[in-house]
Amino acid sequence: MENWSLISICVLLGLTTRWAVSINSYSGAYKPPMFGDYEAQRHWQEVTYNLPVHEWYFNTTNNDLNYWGLDYPPLTAYHSLMCAYVAKLFNPEWVELHASRGYESHSHKLFMRATVLFADILIYIPAVLLYCFYLCDGSPKQKVATALCILLYPGLILIDYGHFQYNSVSLGLALWGILGLGLGWDLCGSIAFTLALNYKQMELYHALPFFCFLLGKCIKQGLTGRGFLRLAKISLTVLVTFALCWLPFLCNPEQPLQILHRLFPVDRGLFEDKVANTWCSLNVLIKIKTLLSRETQLFLSFALTVLFILPSSIKLLFRPTLWQFKLALVNSSLAFFLFSFQVHEKSILLAALPVCLVINEIPLIAIWFLLTSTFSMLPLLLKDGLLLPYVVTSLAFLFLSLYLLSALERSVDEELRLGILHKLSQHCLPKLKLGQIIKAKFWLSLVAMAGLSFTCVWLEPPARFPDLFPVLVSVLSFLHFLGFVIYFNYVQLWDPQKQKSQKKTN
Amino acid sequence: MAASMTTDQSCFFTLALGVSFLKCLLVNAYHSTDFEVHRNWLALTHSLPVSKWYYEATSEWTLDYPPLFAWFEYGLSHIARFFDKEMLVVQNLNYSSAATVLFQRLSVIVADALLFYGVKECCNCLQEAKGKYLFGKSSILAVLLMWNFGLLIVDHIHFQYNGFLFGVLLLSIARHFQNRHLEGAFLFSILLNLKHIYLYIAPAYGIFLLRCFCFTKNNADGSLQWRSFSPLRLIALGTIVVSTFAVSFGPFIALGQLPQVLSRLFPFKRGLCHAYWAPNIWTLYNIADKAFSILGVKFKLLDITKLPKASMTGGLVQEFQHSVLPSVSPLATLVCTLLSILPALFKIWHRPDGARGFLRCLVLCALGSFMFGWHVHEKAILLAILPLSLLAVESREDARIFLILSTTGHFSLFPLLFTTQELPIKIFLMLIFTIFSLTSLKKLFRKEGALVSTLEAVYLVGLIPLELICEFVYPLTVWQKTFPFLPLMLTSVYCALGVTYSFIRLYITLLTCSSAISKVKIQ
Repeated sequence: MENWSLISICVLLGLTTRWAVSINSYSGAYKPPMFGDYEAQRHWQEVTYNLPVHEWYFNTTNNDLNYWGLDYPPLTAYHSLMCAYVAKLFNPEWVELHASRGYESHSHKLFMRATVLFADILIYIPAVLLYCFYLCDGSPKQKVATALCILLYPGLILIDYGHFQYNSVSLGLALWGILGLGLGWDLCGSIAFTLALNYKQMELYHALPFFCFLLGKCIKQGLTGRGFLRLAKISLTVLVTFALCWLPFLCNPEQPLQILHRLFPVDRGLFEDKVANTWCSLNVLIKIKTLLSRETQLFLSFALTVLFILPSSIKLLFRPTLWQFKLALVNSSLAFFLFSFQVHEKSILLAALPVCLVINEIPLIAIWFLLTSTFSMLPLLLKDGLLLPYVVTSLAFLFLSLYLLSALERSVDEELRLGILHKLSQHCLPKLKLGQIIKAKFWLSLVAMAGLSFTCVWLEPPARFPDLFPVLVSVLSFLHFLGFVIYFNYVQLWDPQKQKSQKKTN
Repeated sequence: MAASMTTDQSCFFTLALGVSFLKCLLVNAYHSTDFEVHRNWLALTHSLPVSKWYYEATSEWTLDYPPLFAWFEYGLSHIARFFDKEMLVVQNLNYSSAATVLFQRLSVIVADALLFYGVKECCNCLQEAKGKYLFGKSSILAVLLMWNFGLLIVDHIHFQYNGFLFGVLLLSIARHFQNRHLEGAFLFSILLNLKHIYLYIAPAYGIFLLRCFCFTKNNADGSLQWRSFSPLRLIALGTIVVSTFAVSFGPFIALGQLPQVLSRLFPFKRGLCHAYWAPNIWTLYNIADKAFSILGVKFKLLDITKLPKASMTGGLVQEFQHSVLPSVSPLATLVCTLLSILPALFKIWHRPDGARGFLRCLVLCALGSFMFGWHVHEKAILLAILPLSLLAVESREDARIFLILSTTGHFSLFPLLFTTQELPIKIFLMLIFTIFSLTSLKKLFRKEGALVSTLEAVYLVGLIPLELICEFVYPLTVWQKTFPFLPLMLTSVYCALGVTYSFIRLYITLLTCSSAISKVKIQ
């Protein structure tokens, strides 16, 4: 079978899945007065279309910030504005100031879904294809298989096409950044990543590895000579891109400050809802949220995050290869997710993106992680009425990726990159096979997740603990993520095969 | 060999599982009134005694499938109880709670297991037939059958139970390939009692079984040896067929309801063409009539006041009145159909080319009835496309016909899904299937040159602008209000050309293939 047709079939399968998921309900459908993220996105279209730029981030008579006020960087606002212009063409009622609040109709849903699909086709999908074809090892068939698996990752599809958000834009831009850095086009890569950062501030999770990778490359060339020039060029590019994105807001110093205040709402607390991170899980045992003062919480979360990011970033700084970069991205975003302040359950997608990129190298663990990340958002998905697409896409992803990447056959000890641990275990317990144990754990954890999903859907929680099941989901996922962050740090810091993979990718 | 078998099997398993997941994702998609039809049948078979099944008329969607299908619905209704009891109440018209939708959709998806089994058996026939490098062929066939675009949208979006019926048909064909003719005949008589549309292909079965099963020997030149007739085999065959029909229709004959049942099964009150014209000869006939009448009026040969009022602007064309050409009666369509399939039947009687010749004749019967039948639905094209897939992986010429027929036939199904929500899905799925069949068949017959000629390729590519005009451009124009029917008409006329062309080509292959085969034998 020819390559182009295989690729187009893969892309079409991804698109079909996306649209089939989008037939289902979205967040806050017909739930006044606040609705959900869907209404937030629509409201931003309304606000950006009808109000002058300087009012977008301010509480004015026409802009009630308590009702889904803009809390994303300017690029999101511009994107909303563009969508609003298109919406106006179809039906002016959709973006009418004040009157359109809570507007819902079948055709509007189709329009909103189409904007997500359009952005996805324009940004995320081409980035995935280019990544698989230029930065992945293996035969063309293997590359296509990898692309299909990444395109079918259920978490992103369910949040973008079910719950309703535009994560594919920010993640896609970040992926373009990785692509640029991986192919050696550092300036293009930095521009793409700066755009991603200006689309969603959560992309900060990826910022340190980007910085360390670029800096590491410059250091390699010698900071006094060509390296310095390169660094200056990159910094200038980033600054100019930033300035261009923020241009309409730069005339008045009040504006950027207010935007920053909107982007980082410290007063919203350590965590919201049930998140599978450390603070929410610890909260089951100790009530940190009430025990510690806001400042202590801030300090504690900051310190722990830095502690977990630093090793991988320093390693990357001194060994700026693509493989290290990808692992550093995983480690950094996971550390942020687990320890930083004010984390949403959807932020796990930021860690899922770099994990998708190592799915070809460490298939079993990557699949395991991606399924866990989808599972960790279960309470949210149930609230949105997305049970059926959740079950179907997760099972489809599990079977398809296990089959296509032959993950179970490739989970021998070397493939798991457990290097020293593998040698150690062989030395002490020669009969013990690490790969077998991990496979058994994989299935065991899948059974646990399936069982808990089943419990969440079918059983009533006891009256004393109405939140019992969501808490169990987040604690179970947290334990998984903790394991994953240790594993990925281990692989990055002690993997003896790094030389080999480095040669391959170079 | 063993290793390749297991990879082959896991490939088949993945394909089946993948398409099942896709079907599950479509549970909440648009469903047509056929959904309510089947819900109503669930309800009436569940809550009424057998004697009332074919008399019940609370809903306008009365039971018009043969008795075995009614029993199938009866069986389903016992599981349906656990989902939602309300759907089993006859008076609950248009009842579609979430549980009802889930149950009905799942019942189609689960019943499709039979389709997978039939496909598996057919794929195995391929391997047995040729052996060596058929690994690719059987998986291609598996995709062509299991991922068939038409089946996906008709069953899993529009809502019908064609999948498992085609499973029975494919299984029966596979049994004939394996020389287990009695089993094949038994399966086909069950199929006839499940859905009587398969009567279209019954002539092929009748002639083939009579010729190849009841006569045991051929002359050296392949013609019939009259003395080899085996009455025992005919009796065995007759017993199987008659007893199946007896089980199915017996109770209704005993109740004296046969005329009522038959009147439900064959309603001749409908028009020549369905509301949306299936792409067949009558579409071309209608359009020729329209063209003549317009030309006639223009050149003052016809008086405009004497013409019957054209109903093309009305949206629904149930009764299309011809103004220039003579009107067509049901009898005329019957005669035309019989005439169109007669040469094919004669051919397999005269020189049966084994099970493959039978399959070709079967496809021709299906296509002939589609081309000339009375009140044909566009969905009936699947009856030709699916069996033709079996031939398509075997020879280049058939692959070429398959490409043209499947692409035009599938495209003609587009108007079934008219909702904007399903528009992307039908386009994506159609593209997947078409790209796959095109490239895989092209690769299969790489050595024998290009598959389709330039003209055919241009015709097929022409479907893209046609779709763009019909779905995107035309609704924006002013004619949408005055002639809403025009895009549908364009679609069916354009597709009718392709279907007619494939019909003719298929006939040519049937009439010429014997010489090719005898040549091979001589060599």
